[in-house]
Amino acid sequence: MTFDASGRLPEAFMTPGGSSFMDFLAGYAPDLLPGRRSLGSADFSDQVPHGTTIVAATFPGGVVMAGDRRATMGNIIAQRDIEKVFPADEYSAVAFAGTAGFGIEMVRLFQVELEHYEKLEGATLSLDGKANRLSALIRGNLSMALQGLTVVPLFAGYDPDIKGGRIFSYDPTGGRYEEHHFHSVGSGSVFARGALKKLYREDSSVTDCITAVIQSLIDAADDDSATGGPDMLRRIFPVVGVVTADGYRRLPEDEVAAIVDAAWAERHNRPDGPAAASLT
Amino acid sequence: MSVPFYVSPEQLMRDRADFARKGIAKGRSAIALQYADGILFVAENRSPALHKVAEIYDRMAFAAVGRYNEFENLRIAGVRLADMRGYSYDRRDVTGRALANAYAQTLGAIFSSGGEKPLEVEILVAEVGLSTAEDQIYRLTYDGSIADVRGYAVMGGPADQVAEYVGEHFQEGISLAGALRLAVDALAHDGSEVRQLTPDQLEVAVLDRTRSQVRKFKRISEETLARILSESRPDTTESTDGDAKSEAAESTGSADDTAGASTKDDVPIAPPEDPDDNSPL
Repeated sequence: MTFDASGRLPEAFMTPGGSSFMDFLAGYAPDLLPGRRSLGSADFSDQVPHGTTIVAATFPGGVVMAGDRRATMGNIIAQRDIEKVFPADEYSAVAFAGTAGFGIEMVRLFQVELEHYEKLEGATLSLDGKANRLSALIRGNLSMALQGLTVVPLFAGYDPDIKGGRIFSYDPTGGRYEEHHFHSVGSGSVFARGALKKLYREDSSVTDCITAVIQSLIDAADDDSATGGPDMLRRIFPVVGVVTADGYRRLPEDEVAAIVDAAWAERHNRPDGPAAASLT
Repeated sequence: MSVPFYVSPEQLMRDRADFARKGIAKGRSAIALQYADGILFVAENRSPALHKVAEIYDRMAFAAVGRYNEFENLRIAGVRLADMRGYSYDRRDVTGRALANAYAQTLGAIFSSGGEKPLEVEILVAEVGLSTAEDQIYRLTYDGSIADVRGYAVMGGPADQVAEYVGEHFQEGISLAGALRLAVDALAHDGSEVRQLTPDQLEVAVLDRTRSQVRKFKRISEETLARILSESRPDTTESTDGDAKSEAAESTGSADDTAGASTKDDVPIAPPEDPDDNSPL
């Protein structure tokens, strides 16, 4: 941070107007923004950790978001206990799949962006407003995405207007799509989505919704080598965040453990997990 | 060639200080007070939208009196500085001391530069610590001078009179309800006659170290304020003298301290329903 000769805060700090932290950074310290760095032309995608599968599903009155704990680097497991699901503010959650370094940076910047707006304006952004800010953030990362360093976030939050949860997915160009009921991103997302399609109930309770989401992550880990299943030896379980009218709550480790243990025990009888109740 | 009038530097600075002081004294007072679980801010402010007290960062708040446009600019600069530091370092590295320094430099530079009018503001930067002893309150005046305050601080309007009242009745470790009662009574004793202040004329916020969220700043809504005030004043007659009244507030204060800090009121910042009710800033 540079101060001018008299020691007073630089002009940029005292300029009125503009409630966006990203816009402030772009004017004052652009090198702190992701996506402003030149990378050369090499493809680094196998040499940096990648986060893998994220799932989200709504239930009446809120939304659940969960992510596995694995980061991979090519064929290597880069980290066993990475966290990919975060509170974006008190009423929303954000998670990422893809290049872990940029993903974490993007989440931090997004969190500050929302809090900054809230403090300057004295009001929170609407859920759509938050979703659009995340779009802008991803768009800034486009040049890196084209070099294989893609980050794809999943955003979910409680919308007071509909008194329920909503889910937004993104593409690497910043396209924003609202998803209904459930969605998944990342390498294991195809399997997770397939599982959720059979397990999801619109009118399920929070606990059932969390269980369905965890089951889908176990299914994803079953078929995708980059997705980490629950690590029963080290007791490393998915991160689960729940957003309701009461705000964001990360499910305590022991509650997740109880659900995982029950699911795991049942899979000793049927390794493929719960079967559909009926065929028609 | 005309010779400019000579004005001595002392005279020049005195004039500028008088100018700023007069501007600040025109408004209403604001009080910051350390209570058992944090720092309480009470300002007389008839506008529900234009705030005198605001959140800066996790453990830090800002209170100001004087010209709104000038201190609002300082507040925005403070939020930007804090968020910038928190983003480039870590949330724990954002300190009240650094912010107070930046404000002091800015106010001082503006005051002593010939080309600008001095800012007609007085501000407080407060940081709540893990215990009362670790709380920090910095008081900054229009000329950039900075003071480290313990216990309580009063600024704006007839600050001396209000501060005198607070000083007479303040004791360390006061409960939230007691502190609130004291601050409201002090604001009412700002002239020759005692005024009756209603909750809609007051802006109240706390930095509550017991709050489970990372962000310790919380506004106290009009309803909660009315409830705490009515509970801490058993008889509503105005005839009792200051001492007796504040003692009554003290004794009942500890009893309804839990009411003041009940979890029901501790909704997360920007609650989903009735945003007007409990606006975050």
